Amino acid sequence: MTGTDERPLLTIDGLTKWYGRQLGCRDVDFDLYEGEVMAVVGESGSGKSTLLQLLSGQMEPSSGCVVYRQRDGSIADVWQMSEPMRRFLFRTDWGYVHQDAQLGLRMGISAGGNVGERLMAVGWRNYAAIRDSAKSWLDRVEIDSNRIDDTPRTYSGGMRQRLQIARNLVTAPRLIFMDEPTGGLDVSVQARLLDLLRRLVADLNIAAVVVTHDLAVARLLSNRIIVMKAGEIIETGLTDQVLDDPSEPYTQLLVSSILPV
Amino acid sequence: MTAPVYNFAYLDEQTKRMIRRAILKAIAIPGYQVPFASREMPMPYGWGTGGVQVTASIIGPDDILKVIDQGSDDTTNAVSIRKFFSRTAGVRTTTATREATVIQTRHRIPETPLTEDQVLVYQVPIPEPLRFLEPRETETRRMHALSEYGLMHVKLYEDIARHGHIATTYAYPVKVAQRYVMDPSPIPKFDNPKLTDCPALQLFGAGREKRIYAIPPYTPVVSLDFDDHPFEPYRHDAQCELCGAADSYLDEVITDDNGSRMFVCSDTDYCETRRATGKGAQQSAPATEHRS
Amino acid sequence: MLSLEVAGVAKTFTMHLQGGLRLPVLQNLEFAVAPGQCVALSGPSGVGKSSVLKLIFGNYRCDEGTILVRDGDTMVDVARAAPRQILSLRRRCLGYVTQFLRAVPRVSALDIVADALSDLPRETSRARAAAMLSRFNIPERLWNLPPATFSGGEQQRINIARGFLPEKPVLLLDEPTASLDAKNREVVIEVVREHKRRGAAIVAIVHDDLVREAIADASLDITRFAAAA
Repeated sequence: MTGTDERPLLTIDGLTKWYGRQLGCRDVDFDLYEGEVMAVVGESGSGKSTLLQLLSGQMEPSSGCVVYRQRDGSIADVWQMSEPMRRFLFRTDWGYVHQDAQLGLRMGISAGGNVGERLMAVGWRNYAAIRDSAKSWLDRVEIDSNRIDDTPRTYSGGMRQRLQIARNLVTAPRLIFMDEPTGGLDVSVQARLLDLLRRLVADLNIAAVVVTHDLAVARLLSNRIIVMKAGEIIETGLTDQVLDDPSEPYTQLLVSSILPV
Repeated sequence: MTAPVYNFAYLDEQTKRMIRRAILKAIAIPGYQVPFASREMPMPYGWGTGGVQVTASIIGPDDILKVIDQGSDDTTNAVSIRKFFSRTAGVRTTTATREATVIQTRHRIPETPLTEDQVLVYQVPIPEPLRFLEPRETETRRMHALSEYGLMHVKLYEDIARHGHIATTYAYPVKVAQRYVMDPSPIPKFDNPKLTDCPALQLFGAGREKRIYAIPPYTPVVSLDFDDHPFEPYRHDAQCELCGAADSYLDEVITDDNGSRMFVCSDTDYCETRRATGKGAQQSAPATEHRS
Repeated sequence: MLSLEVAGVAKTFTMHLQGGLRLPVLQNLEFAVAPGQCVALSGPSGVGKSSVLKLIFGNYRCDEGTILVRDGDTMVDVARAAPRQILSLRRRCLGYVTQFLRAVPRVSALDIVADALSDLPRETSRARAAAMLSRFNIPERLWNLPPATFSGGEQQRINIARGFLPEKPVLLLDEPTASLDAKNREVVIEVVREHKRRGAAIVAIVHDDLVREAIADASLDITRFAAAA
């Protein structure tokens, strides 16, 4: 236990977003600790995507705060930071995996360039080192390093998603946000991706917030879960607790709607 | 029959003032792209309307103007811009680099070293070096503002990955005064070393894109590169077949349908001056044979 | 000194999808387990034996009462602990042995078992996982394959091996021997005795009388705590 910081990595307090008179989400509170994976579930329109955007610093909340413990141990409200700081955080200490890989990748740039971009952004200026790092990351996400100079256009859906993950993890972030990471993939491809994510998150001790409508994904990846409905958290707890012993009517409905495997 | 009466150098004084203000701002923030209200000019975009407006705003009656297009004084573009200013401003024109006080250029920097008494005006088609990688103007402006230039190296990375070396040979990106990344306009990267620490003021005008930027005299300008793939100016491994110069940027000229070719200086003034002072190529016979 | 202390525990399920139907399961549940002791839960099926284990493990929420689990010098109340504390407790102090495999795609049998010792270096955890798999008579040729395609019995033994591998202070056994052959049942008895000797407190659901007699020090009839519906 020596040397580890017991304070939360991310503290969310009263996070609320209004789109005019339309509610995005309201009064969201939770703490996320190092290495924890939090799933946010709910149907479309429940506010889970709004929440992810607020958490990841992409959209400013109407009220409430997102407080992050930085590598040096200092605590900062993401929306009180200067924009350069926030953007720096976003491309070094944080990652974001989009459901649509086209949003998370540069489709006209080779896989190596996609993975290397974050390194170059933090000042890496040695081509060979950047390329070696890109190769080892492609290897970790099970992409043949012979494909390093191909653009993601030539990749399958599952490969694109894995490339996106490599692109995010190359700077060893401590926190990663994922928006339906397995959405739109074939079942077999999903299984492979989930397994990979599960392993990487555990090996690298990364904290993650995963938005998904798929409770099976939540069960496999997450330790904790938030159930959202109409913009509010209606139930939260350990993932297996919420899924095995759901207390809210809506959660019971969600759980009972899973197709038996 | 009265010839139309133009204001001095075509543009009205208000417009020139507006452009000068943009130029001053550009000089104050080296490498930063200053937006300006680009005017319609009596020539199509792509013919140097940005450069012409900058020239029109800084030229005075005593100035001597030289205009080059890819190093040459005698192409249609160069000739017509020269004529434009001698007609509308009545200024003297020249082809001699040493004589000129204002040099408007498309895609080259003269070989003859410039002096503190000269201004070099570049015509710029696309001022934004990041556009190839990030098409959103809002985003590229923010990247400049925050010095987020990692993306520029992604472009160079792609070059090396594809070609084994940095294959960008013109419009090679530079960093000006350790701050802004700038597109030096489509000059060959051979000319990049001339950008830095240059005694002359360098102004860049993009008419269609409505941007002006500048490199003040004696400003450090660094070509971007990797530690293990350093910047290298490229030059054909040959001598000019007309003047024998081994240090100038060469054009490759195809001389017949059989693939015969020759290398000649791209800077016509430089080449002619050398020949006039007796520095012509020793074996000029084979070269001239292909010409005629 | 006790390893596990359960007091005044009540659990009711509310089935909102059936018009808010309330299903009381347990009330005033009370028992304690000392280190090295094994308590077997008894009672007819459906009386709530599995619910007891799930309450202790934190899978089910506890409506009333306290569930204290020893963590070194302190007792952690699972009924009130934050999710993070429960996760940490499970990682270090609470083991759950069940036959039911939560299949993880594409992970080999050896790694599924070795993952239970994720705090140890890979080499060590694999070596110990291998030893445990051999004890449960899983042929070596299967170790590097994902168990999704194995026979039911093999999957069951892999899960049990995984559950018994880490040496945690409190172990919950949910029918570890059901449908095992005699040979493997003997292995379970042996392994449970080893855990008891090193001081584990064990709560077990065991239907097999022979096994129960071989491992249990006390029997607790859950019928006594069954809530009146």
